[in-house]
Amino acid sequence: MNLKLRVWRQTDPSSRGRMVTYLVEDISPDASFLEMLDVLNERLILAGDEPIAFDHDCREGICGMCGMMINGVAHGPSRATTTCQLHMRHFKDGETIDVEPWRAAAFPVVKDLVVDRGAFDSIIQAGGYISAPTGAAPDAHATPVPKVDADAAFEAATCIGCGACVAACPNGSAMLFTAAKVGHLGLLPQGQPERDTRVVGMLEAHDEAGFGGCTNAGECTTVCPKGIPLTLIGRLNSDYRKAVTKRG
Amino acid sequence: MAGTGLLLVLFLFAHMAGNLKIFVGADAFDHYAHWLRDIGTPLLPHTWYLWIQRGGLTVAVVGHIAAAVILARRARLARPVRYAHRPKVQGSYAARTMRWGGVIILLFVIFHILDLTTGTVNPVGDAQHPYANVVADFAPSRWYVTLFYTLAIVSVGFHLRHGIFSALRTLGQQTPRGERRARAIALVLSLVLVVGYLSVPFAVTIGAIK
Repeated sequence: MNLKLRVWRQTDPSSRGRMVTYLVEDISPDASFLEMLDVLNERLILAGDEPIAFDHDCREGICGMCGMMINGVAHGPSRATTTCQLHMRHFKDGETIDVEPWRAAAFPVVKDLVVDRGAFDSIIQAGGYISAPTGAAPDAHATPVPKVDADAAFEAATCIGCGACVAACPNGSAMLFTAAKVGHLGLLPQGQPERDTRVVGMLEAHDEAGFGGCTNAGECTTVCPKGIPLTLIGRLNSDYRKAVTKRG
Repeated sequence: MAGTGLLLVLFLFAHMAGNLKIFVGADAFDHYAHWLRDIGTPLLPHTWYLWIQRGGLTVAVVGHIAAAVILARRARLARPVRYAHRPKVQGSYAARTMRWGGVIILLFVIFHILDLTTGTVNPVGDAQHPYANVVADFAPSRWYVTLFYTLAIVSVGFHLRHGIFSALRTLGQQTPRGERRARAIALVLSLVLVVGYLSVPFAVTIGAIK
C-alpha cells in the first residue's frame, strides 16, 4: 500500500508544531498502524531525519500507552480498537491520513505525538485506590461479590487509561475515565469505605487538572477501545450527589 | 443544567396545553388567557401568580444560561489547540447542536415575548383578545414569522431530545435499560412538543383557525 501521511511534528512542549507530509510506500495491509509508523521512522532515520515520536508499549491493546487521532478519530476508524491493534487494511491504497496527538490542555504535547497524561495520575491519586490490610492474600470466598456486581466492576476496570475519551470529547472532559475508576471500585465491597471521599476527591482533581465538563454527548464511549459504557457517568453523578448530600 | 432545564420543560408542556385551547374556540382561548391572570385569586391579587411564575422562569432561564456559559468556557479552555482534521463527531446531531440551538431559542423567546405577551411587534397587539393576536400573527402574509417560529420550535425539539436524556443522566440514571428508556422518553416528549406547538401556527396559516 502507498499512503500519504500528514503527521503533527513538534520538537518540544514549548515550540510550535505543524503538520508535515510524508509519502509512505510499500506498506503491507497486514501491518499495524504503529508498524507502519515504524517503517516510516526507519526510513526517516536512514535519511538522517528525526523519527516521529509516539507512545507505545505492549502492542497487544491492553496497556493503554498508544493512542493518536487518526483522521480526527481517536484510535482510528475501527471501533473498540487501540491504535496498535488497528491494521492498515482498514485504509484505502493511496489514502491521505492525518495523524495528530490527543488535544487537551491537561495533556500537553511532549514531542510529536507523545502527550503527558500525568493528569490521569493526579485523578487516580485523589481516590482511585482502596485502603486494604496488607499481609497474605485473603481467601477468594472471604468477601462474596454478587456476579452482577463483579461483571459490572470488571467492565469498568477494563479501562486502560489511554485518554481517547478526553481526545474525542467535544468538551475535553475526562468524565468517562473518572467514572470508570469510580465505578470499578465503588461496585465492589472493598471499595465501600472510601466511596464518598473517592468520588468527591476524584472529581475535584478532574476539574483542577483542566479537563472540561461533561455534557453527555457520548463521543467518549464511541471511541473507547474497551467500550466503557456511558451509563457509568450516571453512576458517578448519583454517587457524587449522595456523597455531597451526606456531607451536608 | 438538569434542574433548571427540567423546570423549563414542565413550563413548555403547561404552555403547550394552553396553546391547544385555541382549537376549542376564540372564547375558550381568551378566557384561558384571562384566567392565567387570576390564578390564586382571591388569595393573591390579580396577576400576582403570573408574576411569581415569570420570576421563577426567569431565574431558571438565567441559571440555565449561566451553567451553559460555564460549560462552554471550560470546554474552550480544555482544548486550546484545535484538531487540524476533525470530522463530524460520532454522537448525535442533537448533542452537538445544544449550544447554537440554545442561542436560537433565546433569541426566539425574546421575540416571542415582544410579539405575543407585550404585543409590541404584533400587528394587533390587543391584550384583551389574544386569539386575534395569534390569528393575525401567523397570517400567510407573515410567513417569515411562522418560519422563525418553526425554526425555533424544531430547535427546541432537538435541544430537548438530548437535553432530557442528559438531565436524567445527570440526576443519576445509570442502567443500560434505563438509558434506552431515557432516550425514548426524550424523543417522544420532544416530538409531542414540536407537533403540539407547530399545530397552532400551521392551523392559522392554512386557514383552519380564523
